[in-house]
Amino acid sequence: MNALARRRLLSSLFVGFCAFTVLLALVPLAFILFFVITKGIGSISLGFFTHMPLPVGEPGGGMANAIVGSLMLTGLAAVMAVPIGVVAGVYMSEYAGSRFASLVRFAADTLNGVPSIVIGVFAYAVAVLPFKQFSALAGGFALGTMMIPIIARTTEELLLLVPGSVREGALALGATRARAVFSVVLPAALPGIVTGVVLALARVAGETAPLLFTAFNNRFFTTKLTQPISSLTVQVFTYAISPYEDWHHQAWAGALVLVTMVLGCSLLARLATRRLERMHGR
Amino acid sequence: MKNRILAATLACAATAAVSAQTLQINGAGATFPAPIYTKWFSEYNKLHGNVQINYQPIGSGGGIRQITSQTVFFGASDGPMTNDQLTAAPGRILHFPTVLGAVVPVYNIPNMKAELKFSGPVLADIYMGKITRWNDPAIAKLNAGVALPASDITVVHRADGSGTTYIWVDYLSKTSDEFKKRVGVNTSVNWPAGVGGRGNEGVAALVTQTPGSLGYVELIYALQNKIAFGSVQNMAGEQVRASVESVTVAAAAAATLMPADFRVSITNAPGKGVYPISSFTWLLLYENPKDKTQSKAMVDLVKWALTDGQKYCADLGYAPLPAAVVKLEMDALAKVKTS
Amino acid sequence: MNKSRDWGFRLGTGAFALVLVLIVCAIGIVLVRDSWLSIEKFGFTFWRTEIWDPVSGEFGALPFIWGTLYSSILALAIATPVALGIAIFISELCPAMLRQPLVFLTELLAAVPSIVYGLWGIFVMVPAVRWLETSLPDPVRQLPFFSGPPLGLGMLSAALILAIMVIPFTSSVSREVLKAVPLAQREAAYALGATRFEAIRAALHYGRTGIVGAIMLGFGRALGETMAVTMVIGNNPKISLSLFAPQYTMAAVIANEFTEAADALYLGALIEIGLVLFVITLIVNSLSRLLIWSMAPRAGATFEPPAASAEAAA
Repeated sequence: MNALARRRLLSSLFVGFCAFTVLLALVPLAFILFFVITKGIGSISLGFFTHMPLPVGEPGGGMANAIVGSLMLTGLAAVMAVPIGVVAGVYMSEYAGSRFASLVRFAADTLNGVPSIVIGVFAYAVAVLPFKQFSALAGGFALGTMMIPIIARTTEELLLLVPGSVREGALALGATRARAVFSVVLPAALPGIVTGVVLALARVAGETAPLLFTAFNNRFFTTKLTQPISSLTVQVFTYAISPYEDWHHQAWAGALVLVTMVLGCSLLARLATRRLERMHGR
Repeated sequence: MKNRILAATLACAATAAVSAQTLQINGAGATFPAPIYTKWFSEYNKLHGNVQINYQPIGSGGGIRQITSQTVFFGASDGPMTNDQLTAAPGRILHFPTVLGAVVPVYNIPNMKAELKFSGPVLADIYMGKITRWNDPAIAKLNAGVALPASDITVVHRADGSGTTYIWVDYLSKTSDEFKKRVGVNTSVNWPAGVGGRGNEGVAALVTQTPGSLGYVELIYALQNKIAFGSVQNMAGEQVRASVESVTVAAAAAATLMPADFRVSITNAPGKGVYPISSFTWLLLYENPKDKTQSKAMVDLVKWALTDGQKYCADLGYAPLPAAVVKLEMDALAKVKTS
Repeated sequence: MNKSRDWGFRLGTGAFALVLVLIVCAIGIVLVRDSWLSIEKFGFTFWRTEIWDPVSGEFGALPFIWGTLYSSILALAIATPVALGIAIFISELCPAMLRQPLVFLTELLAAVPSIVYGLWGIFVMVPAVRWLETSLPDPVRQLPFFSGPPLGLGMLSAALILAIMVIPFTSSVSREVLKAVPLAQREAAYALGATRFEAIRAALHYGRTGIVGAIMLGFGRALGETMAVTMVIGNNPKISLSLFAPQYTMAAVIANEFTEAADALYLGALIEIGLVLFVITLIVNSLSRLLIWSMAPRAGATFEPPAASAEAAA
């Protein structure tokens, strides 16, 4: 076989391999989805979304407070993490060569590797113990801490990939550095940054351990930030480890709702970015 | 940081103003009694609409820690607090038994129709890895006439710390000196053999999935998941199967020896009809808490739970307290300062 | 030049970046402070002791360090080629119509909460792995990698679950990185007569630091994953080379025993395990920094017009 035929063969094998990996990932996905849907769909009803949790043996309980709680907690986390993460990412990409930027990058990667339970312990020591109070704020703090490094690193990597010419064009037109970055470079990398934010949200939306010691959980409905608050993950976890079939069904329903909520957010984010892209004339 | 303190203060002030309407009391602790506690708090809330008691099952040790740090008003534990833990608390903490539970040996032997019989020393040896096959002579001796397979025993224990483990190893240590020396008693121990499942649920799942396995779970899990569980030999030499009745008998036997602070282990209790792996579970309250309104509500709740509340136990698989113990507790509740 | 404005920009963005560093330092401080009892008692022998006995008060982190590294590295070895394959397929090879649905599907993998992975693991994956283990021929079972009773629970199940959880992270970020590689790079390659494989290789080379970043993101996820791992790994603190043996990771032991540990030394030892994990993450990061530094220059900084150097001096 001559060199050209060999290269072509290698290329075809490679293409085949990539297609294969996609199938490989889709198989467990199909299994898991099938698992979650079949176990959860039977228990989804309007009551699930509107009722409060009931003790065992009483039918008709729901997870209304947990759904609201999860939304609030991820909202709090995003409010904390998105500004810090994106701006930190901006710093790391703009001053990429500086020693401080290397330190920040190092810190971000370290933070990303800290297990969620250690973050929970940390948030407990910092946001719960001094106030002798479990609270939604503490929970949001714990989740936000986990989101920051994902957002920061993704923002940084994608900003760096924006061609230098884009930035220089803006600067050449007399923009300040801030203007150039926030008005020109950042929007160019926006879809990627949104992916980072969505990944971070997906990561924390499914977390239980950090919430156990911070937001605690609450069987009752509350929107007070300084009181314990319920969340889908903790509620699902509590029900899943109980011995009761009824609670198990509710746990699966909760898991299904959780997965759907996260996907819904990611779809919305994609649609929003596509509109932004069109506005920027891409 | 400052903003958060401000927010917290404002919220506390606002909450105080509103507290006349709704009183929320937070508690944390053992997972075992969580179902009956949630039932009680829900029923109590129906009777006293303004009292919302929020209980979270984070584990017995968690309950002890949180009440010691005063992040919750009351705690709950499957194992009584040790003297060291009591000294470490900022105030005096009192124990109040609420219900009884039992831990049972569950197993999975395909095609096994007979109910297996176990004893403390045999279980201890299995968990130490000394007995490794189902047809070991020691097991066969207890189960005359049963065809035991020659397969290996897959030992399953708890990976996470738990009151259930505490009760199990407490019993094994009482019946086997070697186990006591080698493994000891705690909510989490250094298991000589086997795999760890997470939670009662995890152990139940492992046993149902793994042929030839043996594990231990709270009675309610064995009943709800319909897993085969064996009888255990008690101090009187009888083979007793765990049930609501046999567990209450175990508590009644202990009532006569009850110490004033209610911190007693009733595993391997003497007497007939006693199930040997039984235990109380306790609510933990400060003798002199700062918030007297919450205290008054909690004391009222405990009184209700010990009397009217006990009728909800059987349906959920818990053994109610014997009358003698309830009487002792009602007297002890007077010690908790409500004003 | 708006020098003062740019100084403001630098300080402003730098302040936010500083918050990140401060959080990490704070975590380190809290971990050291709360594990002090254990550090005082055991010192460095904690890192090499194999015993974990809450009753006798003897604690050592070695089995957990082994379990974490083994499972994470194995997971990474499985996940990285798959994740990259997916990223390449979606960004370069697949028909435009399939692109959005495939992106959606990979993100679906990330949306599944870790407890659901754990439950699926116990009920579906572990029996499947058990079947796989029992069907291996005897000669293979003699090898140290495959020895031991086929429980299904163990290192292999843990590594597989971790790999599945890591794939969406590495693949999504790699996909974005590849998308951002300028078309000019690929076109240049094709113009020179490259096959698809060679053109993609050129794109990968261009975005290599981004891709290493994506892999690191996945690695971090694997090191820190708690719930799903503890449900399938068997939770047995013994060091073993075998994929079939139940083992234990640092994150899992903390999650399992933290809420129940009521005695101060026990708690301190658990938190010290958290500290050990923290330090190991620091070490792994340093090694990957060195790797990236050896791959320098940074992608994107290939063309430096004269105006930029005046800018950089500002």
